[in-house]
Amino acid sequence: MAGIMGFGGVLPIIRRMIVDERGWLSQQEFSELFSLCQSLPGANVVNLSFAFGAREAGVSGAAAAMCGLMSAPVAIVLGLGGLYTRYGGLAPVRHALLGLAATAAGLVLGTSLRIAVPIVKSWRNAALALAVFGLAVGLHVSLPYIVLIVLPLSVYLSWRAVT
Amino acid sequence: MNILGEIALLFGKLSLLAVGGANSTVPELAQVVVNQKHWLTASQFAQLYAIANTAPGPNVILVTVIGAHVAGVVGGLLATLCMVLPAGIVAAMVAALFNKHRQARWRRVAQASLLPLTAGLVLATSYVLVRQSDTGWLTALLTAATTLLAWRTRLHPLWMFGAGALLGLVFLN
Repeated sequence: MAGIMGFGGVLPIIRRMIVDERGWLSQQEFSELFSLCQSLPGANVVNLSFAFGAREAGVSGAAAAMCGLMSAPVAIVLGLGGLYTRYGGLAPVRHALLGLAATAAGLVLGTSLRIAVPIVKSWRNAALALAVFGLAVGLHVSLPYIVLIVLPLSVYLSWRAVT
Repeated sequence: MNILGEIALLFGKLSLLAVGGANSTVPELAQVVVNQKHWLTASQFAQLYAIANTAPGPNVILVTVIGAHVAGVVGGLLATLCMVLPAGIVAAMVAALFNKHRQARWRRVAQASLLPLTAGLVLATSYVLVRQSDTGWLTALLTAATTLLAWRTRLHPLWMFGAGALLGLVFLN
């Protein structure tokens, strides 16, 4: 599988390669696979390439898909990380990085609002999301316990709602 | 325990808990590497996060830079493998299973019940990152402006990163 480069998210690029250029999956199949991988734990795009590779060619397909997706970005970020460790203390670098960090935080908040606002339109989801948020940042409850506390409740509520 | 063992354990555990994507684990990750183990300061965490986001590729490479900063290239590679393998294997197996039972009720229940967790976790992640990177009025302003742009427009993130780094370089002196 081709090495993939994508700034600020590789999903659109992967979609174009798999669906439009190669015709490996239809748009419908791709959306289903992605919504599934989004609801499972782990990095969405990595899960997608793993599941897709495994479906096409078993274990070796999964391994090939993952290597293709990850090796170039990992190499690049290792290089950048090394530069940061060496030069991160210099004043101009530090100032640029502070600006960069503030921008990244805003980007994440904006993207989170995009994801979360449609979800919390139902009072049930809003209450559960608020509980997760409060447990995580208010009470500093560790992630495994948050999942253990909220997930059963959420499963119960959506079991009654989904027919 | 040696540092590589700690890295493998931490990211292997986070892998299966990353409901809604790698970003959901940021509050937990920050809590462990900043507050408990003191591998990084809060500001370093925010900067490494920014580097991982600026670099091309899936945003899970955050764990690569953190692992590498703590224990060199081997640490970075180990953190990455431990973060992607467990969840990837689960995803591949569940995808195969779901393909057999396309319309089953439990499938829709499972997907619906994970949505509010995703919403709460990504918002918690935003809160942690905003708190960590906010060092004064300029960074707060930058964060607020980027939030609006990312929420309301389809502007490419690279433009925002470029502007953020430039403004930091010029005005934070």
